[in-house]
Amino acid sequence: MSADVHQEVFIQEATELLQELEESLLELDDNREDMELVARVFRAMHTIKGSGAMFGFENIAALVHSIETSYDLVRNGKLGITKPMLDYSLKACDIIKEMLTDPAMKADSPLALEISAFFTETGGQAPAKKVHEPVSKEALLVRQNLTTFRITFKPSPEILLYGSNPELLVKEVAALGEASVSALTTHMPDLNSIEPEKCYTYWEIILTTDKSENDVRDVFIFVQDESEININIIDDFTGGGDNLKRIGEILLEKGDINNEDLTALMDERKLIGEVMVEKGLVSQDALDAALTEQQHVRQIREQKAAAENISSVRVPSEKLDFLVDLVGELVTVQARLSQIAVKENNQEMLKVAEEVERLVWELRDNTMSIRMLEIGSTFSKFKRLVRDLSAELGKEIELVTHGGETEIDKTVIEKLGDPLVHLIRNSIDHGIETPQERIAAGKEEKGHIILSANHSGDSVLIEISDDGKGIDKAAVLKKAKAKGLVSEGTELSDKDVFDLIFAPGFSTAEKVSSVSGRGVGMDVVRRNIEALRGTIDIASVQGKGTNITLKLPLTLAIIDGLLVVIDDQFFIIPLSIVNECIEFNEAAHRSSSGRRIIMVRNELIPYIHLRSFFNIQSEAPEIQQIVIIELDGRRVGFVVDSVVGDHQTVIKSLGKAFKDIECISGASVLGDGSVALIVDVQKIYTGIE
Amino acid sequence: MAKTILTVDDSASIRQMVKFTLTKEGYNIIEASDGKDALAKTGGSKIDMVVTDLNMPNMDGITLIKELRAKPEFRFTPIIMLTTESQDSKKMEGKAAGATGWIVKPFQPEQLVTVTKKVLG
Repeated sequence: MSADVHQEVFIQEATELLQELEESLLELDDNREDMELVARVFRAMHTIKGSGAMFGFENIAALVHSIETSYDLVRNGKLGITKPMLDYSLKACDIIKEMLTDPAMKADSPLALEISAFFTETGGQAPAKKVHEPVSKEALLVRQNLTTFRITFKPSPEILLYGSNPELLVKEVAALGEASVSALTTHMPDLNSIEPEKCYTYWEIILTTDKSENDVRDVFIFVQDESEININIIDDFTGGGDNLKRIGEILLEKGDINNEDLTALMDERKLIGEVMVEKGLVSQDALDAALTEQQHVRQIREQKAAAENISSVRVPSEKLDFLVDLVGELVTVQARLSQIAVKENNQEMLKVAEEVERLVWELRDNTMSIRMLEIGSTFSKFKRLVRDLSAELGKEIELVTHGGETEIDKTVIEKLGDPLVHLIRNSIDHGIETPQERIAAGKEEKGHIILSANHSGDSVLIEISDDGKGIDKAAVLKKAKAKGLVSEGTELSDKDVFDLIFAPGFSTAEKVSSVSGRGVGMDVVRRNIEALRGTIDIASVQGKGTNITLKLPLTLAIIDGLLVVIDDQFFIIPLSIVNECIEFNEAAHRSSSGRRIIMVRNELIPYIHLRSFFNIQSEAPEIQQIVIIELDGRRVGFVVDSVVGDHQTVIKSLGKAFKDIECISGASVLGDGSVALIVDVQKIYTGIE
Repeated sequence: MAKTILTVDDSASIRQMVKFTLTKEGYNIIEASDGKDALAKTGGSKIDMVVTDLNMPNMDGITLIKELRAKPEFRFTPIIMLTTESQDSKKMEGKAAGATGWIVKPFQPEQLVTVTKKVLG
């Protein structure tokens, strides 16, 4: 079944290539002169075609062939990019995707035939040209079957008189791969006897290439009869890294020195090359050339090793998830170990426990960073969405993305796709007006949707803003009243009105179009985001546009928390939002008005008793602690019995039975096996607001 | 500055093919129908390369190569001869006369471009 494994790899590779292809095509649409992009498109097509045919996807190869030909023409400046060309290319991407899931699918669906016909026409009967792509060094190094040749090229002295330029030939050889060239002047006569029209120099080229000896020989085809050309393989990378040839061996191999002289010299423990020159056995030139050769081989080997090392490893994501689970368990066990060590007051053990703690922290950070992905890959999917939908609706919309390099946990990214699609669809369908409407409103014909991401503390902010018509508050209210979501005559703030959009079964679109759904959207979006422990906010100015902000946690698995106690129950407050902890004496702070406000360094801060909030019946101690947190730029205090300290919190969900519990977002197991509840500060905060 | 190439052939179709192929690559082309014609046309602008057939009326390619090499301004100019497979001896003769390289007929336009780039740089 190994064929299946290869197919699997190909499908994975092709899927990635398709995505890259799509991105490039869309960029190309904006910038049709960019040859770099054309080259990228061509390469992607080329790879898909080539590997497709190898792994039994002849259908794909057949489809891509004509497209590839066309882009080749573009690449060579013989054809310009046209819009139909891009449209058909994008459609081809879709078909290829289908073919990947179903290898039996033939390339003869009407659309596939249409695409083939289109590209065959544009591509014309272009000659199948052999393309010499300049090989970049990085690309060369990771290739297989590399060989290093030593090429000695002694042109006949009369070579110039035949109109040949030896320098060009040397350069041509050097261009075949990675080369070190030494020009040797050993045969140069005295100045008196030099004939300037003759060539006395000869060259030694050390070339690392994936080409064959014949390819190298072909370069010298016009001059091989008169010139002396020797080609030897000096390194084919089959040996290990340590068997580099010594300088004496190289000179010996080349016949620059004979064996007896060499062994005689070996006894003197000087640098062998220098000794040879001293004794006049080899010329300085010959030595330099040999040294260059040694260095070349060494460098290439080192670079090859480095290039192979930095290449990445593909790992199924389940393995990564499992690793994170294990790290989570390890963190819990480590906490237990530390606790026991403290309890026993065993110095030896404390030392070990500290060491383990440090290692576990590093392990945790490392594991988390492996799971971090750039959000840009998600963003690029939307370019296609915006392009297709805006065309369908007759609107002109440009999607601008910022902060694609922002990293966020893989699981968050995966669950973010659907809500984002929904929000962007809404912007396209409800937000941005048609070109006519926009002109009438005095706006630019083309609408813009800006998708941006950036870090803010331990969360990531994702903003979707458009310059469309904004949310019509009156329409929202009217609808809400008609649906019975609000009673007549209630006064609502802007924020409340926008919140109505998230109510189940609400849709303001007059007509249901194929683009935005049937009002099942926004409440689902909010639920999805909240399931990620995130929040969603809408701001909108009528006529100017809408701005939706998603705030998401960086990771779902482990956070730094502040462990606090109320009665005998442990609670965890996310450390990232904690500002400070202050001792709190209830009696001293009771204000006459009964309002719960504390003065901290000339700032009035409202506070709540978590004890009464969670309905814990026991009596509070005389001296309590107040944990001051900061949310959305405002400070709030939470009163607890005592603060234990910071705690690496491995988040466990409470399970289905408790899913409706508000204000507790999860739980964590402490070192001694007891359970701490994670306080959902955001919920409590908005609740009391 | 664009380089100038002199193409010498009694067959107008070959000349046209050479001209078409090399003009596309950005070279200036001067055409001549035989050796005599070629020599007559070398007086003007500097010629950077010569592509010549061997069998031609009035003056054949070998003689042309010898004549050209005798001129100081053509001592180092690349000269490419067009030969057919069967003319191996001609090839040697041409080399002896001073030709830089050869292209075997029939040839593809790409071959011409490759060789031109090879000798002109």
